[in-house]
Amino acid sequence: MDLRYTDSELAFREELRAWLREVLPSVPPEPHRNDWEGRRAWDTGWQRMLFDAGYAGINWPKEFGGRGATPTEHLIFLEETERMRAPYVGMNFVGLLHAGPTLIAEATDEQKAYHLPGILKGEHVWCQGFSEPGAGSDLASLRCRAFRDGDDYVISGSKIWTSFGHTADYCEMLVRTDPDAPKHKGITWLILPMKAAGIDIRPLRTMEGSTEFCEVYFDEVRVPVKNRVGDENDGWRVTMVTLAFERGTAFVSEMLQSMELVRDLTDLAKKVTRHGSTAWEDAGLRRDLAHLSGELDALWALTKRNISEAQRKGLVGAGGNVFKVAYTDLRQKLGDISMRLLDRASLSLDDMSGLPTGKHVKGRIHALSIGIAAGTSQVQKNIVSERVLGLPKDR
Amino acid sequence: MDFWPTDDQLALQEGVRSFCQGRFPFDTLHEIEAANGRIERSAWKDIADMGVFSLRNDGFGVSDAALVFEELGRALVPGPLVATYLAATHLSEAGAASGDTIVGLSEVAEPVTVIEHADDLDVLLLLDSSGLRRMAPDALPTDKVERPVEPLTPLRVAHAVTAGGELVLSGDAARALRLEGTLLTAAMQVGVAFASIDLAVEYAKGREQFGRPIGQFQAVKHMCADMLTRAEVARSAMYAAAVNLEGKGEDDAEHTVRVAKMLAGDAAIFCGKTGIQVHGGMGFTWEVNAQRYWKRATVLDTHFGNSDDHADAIAAAM
Ligand SMILES: Cc1cc2nc3c(=O)[nH]c(=O)nc-3n(C[C@H](O)[C@H](O)[C@H](O)COP(=O)(O)OP(=O)(O)OC[C@H]3O[C@@H](n4cnc5c(N)ncnc54)[C@H](O)[C@@H]3O)c2cc1C
Repeated sequence: MDLRYTDSELAFREELRAWLREVLPSVPPEPHRNDWEGRRAWDTGWQRMLFDAGYAGINWPKEFGGRGATPTEHLIFLEETERMRAPYVGMNFVGLLHAGPTLIAEATDEQKAYHLPGILKGEHVWCQGFSEPGAGSDLASLRCRAFRDGDDYVISGSKIWTSFGHTADYCEMLVRTDPDAPKHKGITWLILPMKAAGIDIRPLRTMEGSTEFCEVYFDEVRVPVKNRVGDENDGWRVTMVTLAFERGTAFVSEMLQSMELVRDLTDLAKKVTRHGSTAWEDAGLRRDLAHLSGELDALWALTKRNISEAQRKGLVGAGGNVFKVAYTDLRQKLGDISMRLLDRASLSLDDMSGLPTGKHVKGRIHALSIGIAAGTSQVQKNIVSERVLGLPKDR
Repeated sequence: MDFWPTDDQLALQEGVRSFCQGRFPFDTLHEIEAANGRIERSAWKDIADMGVFSLRNDGFGVSDAALVFEELGRALVPGPLVATYLAATHLSEAGAASGDTIVGLSEVAEPVTVIEHADDLDVLLLLDSSGLRRMAPDALPTDKVERPVEPLTPLRVAHAVTAGGELVLSGDAARALRLEGTLLTAAMQVGVAFASIDLAVEYAKGREQFGRPIGQFQAVKHMCADMLTRAEVARSAMYAAAVNLEGKGEDDAEHTVRVAKMLAGDAAIFCGKTGIQVHGGMGFTWEVNAQRYWKRATVLDTHFGNSDDHADAIAAAM
């Protein structure tokens, strides 16, 4: 085991840093969070810059237009872009990290030739239409129906929680093509153009007041059969293939942001006074922050172990499963500690009285979603206990 | 010893509960939210007509008031309820008991002093270590907080807490007011905690995944049981504080009130958060009410000293 980077990894980091230093000053300021057109332009503009510099699809194989970087280089890429405050992957997330890898593994040459460059160049934004009102944790019970009619599928039903559904061009969509088959066996994976007739997109408000996810209703929406990826009724397997692409890097940017939050909160604690002394003089608070900071270091080490395991074996093991549970817990604790520290300054989503408090308040709300999105903590723990520890299944 | 509410107390609580259900159903709260949390005078009058602000003048005791405020918390009734009650009870503020005067109370605090519902107040009380000062609501220079975490509690932030106003309470009298305010805030926190539990349990019974109600999964059962455990423990501390403050206990009233506020604050935030988790993605939406309890719990924790402040004071006395 060796935590030092190799010469070629260091060279990669240097080259990336030099490029970031050169281009970041030309990146416009981040648009307002509910300015969806502005955000789309910003996210895709950054993606285009990455593409032109050869960094797009950092972890995608070279033959499909990616850079073919190792998981460690991917880690370095995420680390440097975050540290230097480059734009985040944003709404290119589904295309680059989910739909793209699925297409690489399962799509026809024609589908790849059209869609992969669109994702890499920031020309196409993708969203994920998996969850439904009745199918969340139990995703395989999804009911959005697609009938075959000649060369088309005709879709009726609805999806929910579709992040960026209102700005996306394409949707990786799971539909029910055989309602009589066992639930995992009647699902098909489709490329849905979001402009298709019969789609009604209704933004949903999050508890923070942002409209980042949507409900999507389908009224006999026609999608050509040639948009199917994989075989009919084989969509569940197609979906699972993508999970194997996850190389332990999913939370790297988040982790770095958390580390910054802890540092910033520490700085704030040294400034903010309570009852005549600074918050930092409060041993209880110091200890809580030290625990959090130490746990973050440990999760960072776990991330590196997971990435190394993926590099060695091609897949992340148990460490990947426990990561999200531990990270969720940590972020929620951090949120509550920030609230106790900021006291009444934690009551506004924006900075208050010149103190940089807004990001801590928003971070505290965001922490509540981490235990829900992409598999709830309860479901993650079921997976850990059943698939990792081999305990008997309760289903 | 008989540490269980009397039939009269249960009836009082039941009466307030059905009033709140009728007068402040979620639809009404959503309308208030859409109107930036502004208080409707007629609604305030209705609360006063229920006797909420005049409880003590009408011969009820502190523990009766605690039971009433538990219900107000449960129903997320917005507005400076505790402040107006305190003004009617401790200051005989004209019009407070009858609901004609809306009284707000702000603590001079670090890192910021905020005034809740500032645009609807008739009178502002400012509490600091020297006592309680009474002033016009616009006496302090303030800025509007554009996006308060809880839209039902609009805020202004004071950029300078200047001296001024008239000192109306100090010493023991100010301490007594603070103590009762702390207790009644704890009572509201207990109500918020129980309301999150009710909502989560109802959802867990109805929502199905994997062909069964999610409440059938032990993970979900345990979340609900954990919530109830914290809430019942906090409620016990809060009732004990109320009874001690009323002079019917054997413990130091201030100590018991601090314990109540500390535990009720933690319980309300825990139940708010866990209630969201039980709802899954729905819990993270604006529409679903689970988040409203979490937000109110956040606001109430900052009233009359947060959970850490009380823990510090308890430790100092140990
Ligand atoms: C911010 C955010 C963004 C999202 N973005 C997308 C997106 O872009 N595309 C998309 O398709 N989806 C998206 N989702 C949806 C997300 O994947 C689901 O919310 C999640 O899978 C949970 O499903 P649910 O909301 O239906 O909750 P439910 O499954 O109904 O869960 C409710 C409660 O029951 C518990 N529970 C359920 N089953 C079990 C079990 N077997 N054992 C123990 N406990 C159980 C859960 O843990 C939870 O506490 C997003 C969600 C959020 C919050």
